[in-house]
Amino acid sequence: MRALSRKALRDLARLKGQVAAIAVVIAAGVMVLILTVAMREAIASAQARFYETQRFADVFAELERAPERVAARLRELPGIDQIETRVQAPVRLEVPGFAGPVRGLLLSLPDGRQPALNRLHLREGALPAPGRADQVVLSEPFAEAHGLRPGDALRAIVNGREVDLVVSGLALSPEFIYQVAPTDLLPDYAHYGVLWMGRPGLAEAMDMDGAFNSLVLTLAPGADPRAVIAAVDRRLARYGGIGATDRDEQISHRFLADELDQLRVMALVLPAVFLGVAAFLLNLLMARIVTGQRQQIAILKAFGYGDGAIAGHFGLMAGLVVVLGLALGIALGAWAASGLVGLYAEYFRFPQMGLRLPPQSLALALALAVAAALLGTLGAVRRAARQPPAEAMRPPAPERFRPSWLDRSPLGRYLGQPTRIIVRNLSRHRAKTLFSTVGIALSGGLLLLGSYQFGAVDRLLDVQYRLVMQMDLHLTLTEPTSFGALAELRAQLGVRHVEGYRSAAVRLVAGRRDYRTAILGVEAAPRLRRLLDGEHRPVPVPPDGLLLTRYLADYLGVRPGGSVTVEVLEGHRRALAVGVAGVVDEPIGLGAYMARPALNRLMGEGPAVSGAWLLVDPAAQERLLARLWEMPRIAGIALVADAERQFRDYIGDTVLATMTILLLMAGSITFAVVYNNARIAFAERARELATLRVLGLTRAEVSWILIGEIAVLTLLAIPLGWLVGTGFAALLSWAMTTDLFRMPWIITPRTYAFSAAGVLVAAALSVTAIARRLGRLDMVLALKTLD
Amino acid sequence: MSGSIATTPEREPVFCTRGLIKTYQVGEVEIAALRGVDLELHAGELVVILGASGSGKSTLVNILGGLDRASGGTVRYRGQDLSLADDRALTAYRRRHVGFVFQFYNLISSLTARENVAIVTEISTDPMPPEEALALVGLADRLDHFPAQLSGGEQQRVAIARAVAKRPAVLLCDEPTGALDSQTGIRVLEVLRRINEGLGATTAIITHNRVIGEMADRVVRLGDGRVQEVRVNARRRDPAELSW
Repeated sequence: MRALSRKALRDLARLKGQVAAIAVVIAAGVMVLILTVAMREAIASAQARFYETQRFADVFAELERAPERVAARLRELPGIDQIETRVQAPVRLEVPGFAGPVRGLLLSLPDGRQPALNRLHLREGALPAPGRADQVVLSEPFAEAHGLRPGDALRAIVNGREVDLVVSGLALSPEFIYQVAPTDLLPDYAHYGVLWMGRPGLAEAMDMDGAFNSLVLTLAPGADPRAVIAAVDRRLARYGGIGATDRDEQISHRFLADELDQLRVMALVLPAVFLGVAAFLLNLLMARIVTGQRQQIAILKAFGYGDGAIAGHFGLMAGLVVVLGLALGIALGAWAASGLVGLYAEYFRFPQMGLRLPPQSLALALALAVAAALLGTLGAVRRAARQPPAEAMRPPAPERFRPSWLDRSPLGRYLGQPTRIIVRNLSRHRAKTLFSTVGIALSGGLLLLGSYQFGAVDRLLDVQYRLVMQMDLHLTLTEPTSFGALAELRAQLGVRHVEGYRSAAVRLVAGRRDYRTAILGVEAAPRLRRLLDGEHRPVPVPPDGLLLTRYLADYLGVRPGGSVTVEVLEGHRRALAVGVAGVVDEPIGLGAYMARPALNRLMGEGPAVSGAWLLVDPAAQERLLARLWEMPRIAGIALVADAERQFRDYIGDTVLATMTILLLMAGSITFAVVYNNARIAFAERARELATLRVLGLTRAEVSWILIGEIAVLTLLAIPLGWLVGTGFAALLSWAMTTDLFRMPWIITPRTYAFSAAGVLVAAALSVTAIARRLGRLDMVLALKTLD
Repeated sequence: MSGSIATTPEREPVFCTRGLIKTYQVGEVEIAALRGVDLELHAGELVVILGASGSGKSTLVNILGGLDRASGGTVRYRGQDLSLADDRALTAYRRRHVGFVFQFYNLISSLTARENVAIVTEISTDPMPPEEALALVGLADRLDHFPAQLSGGEQQRVAIARAVAKRPAVLLCDEPTGALDSQTGIRVLEVLRRINEGLGATTAIITHNRVIGEMADRVVRLGDGRVQEVRVNARRRDPAELSW
């Protein structure tokens, strides 16, 4: 190894604390980049592969019942490549050994073979044999949740009739990569499953011989999906079509697309923050090294080393820091990604999700890290190369200072000299002060963001499950039923309170905007499913007119006093103008609400309910569930506490893991910035500090000059961090405001305190590391050396 | 000894060293800087400690000033043994009794001349105002200048004002003219002499410059870690008469 390279290595080894701190910040940036790019790549390529091999449809339509010949006519429409018709049925399931209520979706398969579109990926066993009406394929996660294997038995209630089933196989479907019940946000594999059975058997059970109630199709290359959807809608309207949709409204696809978007945002924002901070820190470090080695540089030049060799030497030092950070970041990123893949695989079910570090992400990480290093190092290296040797041999002139604005202020007179030193040093090196403050503030902001996210989701769940959903059980009925049927529920042992509701599928249209949802008809003052305003106060249900979720009203561009067209998607299927009476604020889903009698009138029916909410005695709950299960009219039973637990588990899994990573990374930034600043300030001022010790200042008084500077930077950074973090949180909340759910905008004093405490702890740790050096300050040596 | 180092009124030497030894460990090599120094400095006298580089003169002044501890022998300041003092006591000793002037001035670059003096007067018990100290060294009109705005000689005079403002009993100057041209150096020496006479502080000037010895009451020549010679000048010459 050449002597100069050896010097670079030794110099770095001497600065190992600072080098390590900067390498960790680079590593954090590279890790997030690798992690997000690799995850995104893994999910996107698994999705693309799965969609292609299983021929995932482009357009989806549901209808009441259409004869098979309608499909033949649809095939003649321009823009359509392939059509697959099928029969589908919501079912209740009884799984041996599982007490809870289970809902499911039963879909037909062509007798004895794979469908042309949305083909199943068999994981175990086989498709139902031709002519066997009792065999079903189960979705794999549902089977796993119950330990079901081919050959096992279960029972379904299809169209009010009990059917005994045998599992023939387990499969995954591109339609249910994210397998979630229609109104849920999270998969609940134990309580919701998807099943496939041969079409003849299902058609018979559903009274659909020679007919279909579900249709999927692929588009011909170049076809306009909107034109095709409009044409399909026109043909299916008279058969009870409720409007075809493209992939964007297909639940599983929609969740996947949202996830990919989030990963893309993360891949852009976080690495930029970290690598920016790393560039700044490298700049500080290299500038300090070059200043500290001005005499060595002069000597090297005197020996005949050229500018290029000098620049190369310091470039090598910076490069080694980057390589160290890059290697650490890639290793950490690969490790974190392999852990995260497992977590994703729990929620997104692909046949395989291969994790590989895409070469382009490695190249990108390399390019970004090198760019950060260049940005940070170029100035210092150029200064080193340009320095004329003779000048470098002379001691540096004292730094120029000017009185700061604080000195000139009336307060200035009362400053002690050590405090004056702090203020002047900070204002002399304004760019450094600014960048240091911003760097620490960024980490404070990240801490605040993590804490906000956690608090906001917690708040969201609190509002949803403590304020809005007051029921213990949520029953859905197979079809709208006379209001009187509720009496039967009230009579059950263990039922403390019953409230019926009518839910009707509709499309709300206002101007050019429309949205598919359900109108929920509720009692005048619902107790178990409350409607709240922004301050969580109950909103009275008007005798006529709609209440809309605020986001939906905004989306449709309507206000209280205006009106929307309600296209009823069941029963008479008429379109009627209905007044908007008010808005409600709720964090999950987009709904519309009406007084139940008004909805009954709208539907042209007598007093009817389609479901009920129950308050039950916990001690009697199990027996009650068993009895409710016996009632054939009940299509589904949901335990609200289960849903909440499910949600909180998911939050625990994901948000907490993210928070921990965020905390570590933000802590590493604060530590690196504070420690580097302190180390450099110490090196630059060791002589001054030693002089002050000689002049009789105590260790504590001298320490104050250094620690006071860190304290001022930290204290400036904390409120700035709050500001930055609040901005991050606002961006996140805005990005997360979708029709699926809205993050509540709430930042508590605790969130601010958490951010400040994180910054303070990291600063205190770095101060401790520096304090040990101050203790060893050598007064005699400092007086002898020039710099 | 832990507490402070008391000021005793007896008329005895301000400093008295006996068999003072100092060895340094530099890497794996042991260097003997002082090999048994016996020396007395009396109240109010101006002593020049002469010696070539490596003679041990800086080491001696560092020990007298409470910056360093002897490896053997005793060093007494007004009867108190400095080699027994702990870090806290040495800090208090420097703070109350000793004024330092350094070869490279060692001003705090972010403080003005007045503030460089104030940083010492703020922690002293009976200091003179910084303005008075600066007037004493002829810098009454440079109070609000930063070090970067002052010449080398002016910087050294600020350093002297800083050292004397606390009215120290002892003024220790390590090569005070070492970084200055001869003309400027002589003006600095004039200031030192005036202060020695005016304030009566025991003053020790370390130098390798033989000529400077002529302004002293006594000249102590160090060599090889020992006192080689002590010479009493019959007449102190005025620094203005010196040249090198």
